[in-house]
This record gives sequence, C-alpha cells and structure tokens, in this order.
Amino acid sequence: MTTKSDMGEFIAKAYQPKGPVVLDCQVKNIYYGDFRAVRDTHIPIEKNKVTGFIGPSGCGKSTVLRSMNRMNDLIESFRFDGSIHYHNNDIYNKKIDPVVVRRYIGMVFQLPNPFSMSIYDNVAFGLRLNRFQGDEEEMVVQALKRAAIWDDVKDKLKNSGLSLSGGQQQRLCIARAIATEPDVLLMDEPCSALDPIATRQVEELMIELKQHYSVALVTHNMQQATRVADVTAFLGVDISQGGRTGYLVEMDDTKKVFEDPQQELTQQYVRGEFS
Amino acid sequence: MNDDTPEILPPKLDLPALDKNVFEFRALKNSFLTVFVWVIGILASVPLFSVIFMLIVEGGSRLDLEAVTAIPPAGFETGGGFGNAILGTLIMVAIASAISIPIGIFAALYLSILEPSSKVATISRFLSKVLTGFPSILAGVFVYAVIVITTGTYSAWAGGVALAVLMLPTVTLAAEEAMRQVPQKMKDAAYGMGCTKTQVIFKIVLPTALPGILTGVILAVAGAAGESAPLLFTALFSNYYMSELAEPTASLSILIYNFSGMPFENQIELAWSASLVLVFLVLFFNILARVVGRSKFRD
Repeated sequence: MTTKSDMGEFIAKAYQPKGPVVLDCQVKNIYYGDFRAVRDTHIPIEKNKVTGFIGPSGCGKSTVLRSMNRMNDLIESFRFDGSIHYHNNDIYNKKIDPVVVRRYIGMVFQLPNPFSMSIYDNVAFGLRLNRFQGDEEEMVVQALKRAAIWDDVKDKLKNSGLSLSGGQQQRLCIARAIATEPDVLLMDEPCSALDPIATRQVEELMIELKQHYSVALVTHNMQQATRVADVTAFLGVDISQGGRTGYLVEMDDTKKVFEDPQQELTQQYVRGEFS
Repeated sequence: MNDDTPEILPPKLDLPALDKNVFEFRALKNSFLTVFVWVIGILASVPLFSVIFMLIVEGGSRLDLEAVTAIPPAGFETGGGFGNAILGTLIMVAIASAISIPIGIFAALYLSILEPSSKVATISRFLSKVLTGFPSILAGVFVYAVIVITTGTYSAWAGGVALAVLMLPTVTLAAEEAMRQVPQKMKDAAYGMGCTKTQVIFKIVLPTALPGILTGVILAVAGAAGESAPLLFTALFSNYYMSELAEPTASLSILIYNFSGMPFENQIELAWSASLVLVFLVLFFNILARVVGRSKFRD
C-alpha cells in the first residue's frame, strides 16, 4: 500500500482522519541550511484528540511540531517546503503573520520556562498581550484550575513562577498557554524533565485538556504515547541520503500502531529494538 | 588442646591519641596560615578604612547646613560652603545619565538581541571595552574640542557630555551582559505566546534584565560623580549657584582640587567636608546598586 516519491524514497500510507481536522500538516521538505531534516510527512491533527509523535532521536518530530506554529522561523537557516492548513489558511503563506498564528496555536516546551514574574502575572501575560477586556482574574483562575495547579498555588499567586518545583512549573506553563484559549496546543516532550509523579499529573492533564483543545504531543516515551495519544505518528530516520533525514513511517490509531503495526520499522521500534 | 598451654591473648591495640594536639605539625601550620590570612585581610582594608576615618575626622567637624548650602568663601572669609558644587555635580551627572543611559541600553539591545554577531556589533563591542579603560582626561579634552570651543563657553552641558562619554561604555557593556543572560527558553516562551520581537524585548528581555542593567547604570553614575579630570576643561568652576546650563559650573571634585591647594585654613576644612560628601554620594549609589541588583522573582 506504500508509494514511492520521485526520488524513489518510501512514503507512508496516508492516514484517514476519522473526525474533523484542525491542523493539516503536509511537509514536503524541511531544511536547516543544506541539511534536509524532514521529508514527506503528512500528519493531520484531529479536533479534540491527542496526536502523539514518536520516533528515534533525530527523526525530526520536534522539528515538525515546531513548524506547526512557525517557531522554527526564529532559526535563521530554517526552510519549509510544503503546507500546513489551519482553518483554510496555509500558515506558511506569505500573507500570514507568524505572530498571530502563535496566538492560536499555543506551545508547551520541553523545559519548563516560566517568566521571572509572579505566578499570576505569568498566566495573565497572554491575556494582557491580547488586550483582553473581560475579567482577567477569572480567566487566570480558570486556566490554573484547568492546568490542575490551582490547589498548589492558590495561596501564593504573588510568588515567583520560578519558585515552583519542576512539575509545578510545567503545569504553570500549560496554564499560561491555555489562558488565551488557543485552538491547538503543541507539546514538545513536556514531561522529559519531570519526575514520574509530575509526569503522571501532566499526562492526566493532557487527557483532560483534549476536551477543550486539540493536542499534538511529541514524546520519547512510548508508554506515554499509549497512555495519552489517541492517534500516533511514527517517524523514522532515513540515512540513505547521507544525512539524517526524518520521515513519516506510519500513522494510525495508537492501538493499531502499537499492537498491529504495518511497517517492519514500526514493529522494531515499538518492540524496543532501537530508540 | 592442652590446659597448660598459655592462653594467647590478642595484642593490646596501640591506639593513637585521638585528642587534639595543638603542637602537632599540621595543626600548627593550619593555625599559622589562618592567622596569616586574617592579618593580610586586615592590612588590605587598612587604606580604605583609614581614608574614610580621616575624612570623617577632618571633614565631619565642618559638615553642617551652611557647608552644604552656602557658596564658596573668598580668600580670607570665614564660613561659606559648597552647595553650588553639590548641585553642579548632581546636574551634570543627571545630564550625563540622560544621554548615556538610553543610548547605552539601545546599543546593548543591538549587541545582545538584534545582531549579536554582525561586524558592527563585534567592532563596537571591542571599542566599548577599549573605552572603559580610556583615560578620563581625554574625554575632557575631546569634549573641550567639540563643544567648548564651538560654543565658546565652559558649561554644564559640556561637563555632562564629557561624563556621558565616560559612562556610555560601562552602561552598554553591563546592559548587554544582563540582556544576554536572559535565558533563551524565556524568549521562546514569549514567542510561543504570540509576541512580536518588540514585545519580547519590552515585556520579557528588559524587565528580566532590569536588575542587571540598573546595577551597571548606577555603578557608572557613581564613577561619573567622582570624576574630576573630564570636568577641568569642560565645566570649569564657578563660585556661584548656576543660573543656566550654558555657563561655567561648579562640581565637588573640582572644588576639592581647588580648595585643597589654597593657603587658607577655612578652604582646606571645606575641601575635607566636600570630600566626605562626595564619598557618601558614591557610597550611596553603590549601596543602591546592590539593593536594586536583587531581583524580586529569582528561582
């Protein structure tokens, strides 16, 4: 069922989404300077689902994720060839302002990165940025509650965001990201710097969050993908071209990917034969 | 085993004495070095404390309301003070700050955020470092040539500009360092929230770097307040309170220089008092720098 690209490279079978798609990501090529980092990767992000990205290191899963709200524009040598459709707009169209894109497609990073401000100001930051006219305090409290950190911080909203523990900082960053009610939440290995208990809390939170948002989650932890993701995309690394170019190998419902993978490479990866 | 074979007792352990022995070689060496370091430390602070002590003893006696408000006395007069010099120093430092702080901060933004590795940045960073070691009298000569000669008069403006020339590299380098230390992850977070570059700079980079920037700024101000050489040919001196910025202006450092060489007891006493005021001024700015250098939201 697989096809080949013009250059004779493997192209994954297209995933047929079962629900509405918010962000349709079709990567032809992503370059950093002359280095081709990712090729031929089509990943639709479905509404109110968690889409997991798994794959070995260097397969470009973070690169693809960071392309989805044009964070990679900050890297000078970055070049994107393809399209990412968001509500009938290609976010890589020249007319599109990346700053506006990022307001609707929020991001949670690998390392918790609160600002050096109070906890309250961290969450209110995005609201103030957008000149939010309503009840700021109510929105802040709601975001902190949704991010499951309200009970930890309700008595110390004036304290520094940097005074919290790693897991609390990450949940604060999630609260900050969702305070502005984004459509899509991109999470780039949000638990990799957290301990098991904090990881558990953030995972439970992700399952909660998909009721309101659509989540794209990069993870290096396969168990996390099985626990959290509804749909999983497996990316591999192609070393045939001399470089280390990542590409989509297989994308399907998480259960299918882990229990009945169609590709040899996926089977080896989910069995833990390489990472 | 026979009963008449003597029982073999384990040898009595020859435990070394565990008590402290102050005469043991290593203990002696340790005590000696401790005392040595203390003595050297005290010796190193002797000049500092003796200067402050001498200033308080010699200058404290004449330090009263008249001294800090009145104008300098003439030759054989008694009384008088250096109020005009305090005002002049403060005004010229204010002019210098108003010029050098904005330019320095924007230059630092360019050096640390906008184009950190461009040729312009590399060259100006190098020149700033050279300028921090610039002999301050040359700043005075430069401003004399550029402003005093062209306007035809010594003035507070010229003095302020000369001090600004000295402050600029310090402010720029300190602000650049402070902004460079704002972690990339915080800037990423701001871009991820949908900030423009301007918003990232004004909402994240500047507030986060503010304590560091202020420390640099205040240290530069303290340094400028104590300078005399750049004011010699720019602001000159005046015996009266200033009425406008475009006239020769008194400053504490020049007053000290002038009065300490005079053959009159009264003037020499006033020079001591003015020195004490100047030291307090510089000390105040230094302490202020330490206080604002503490960020409210550290981790």
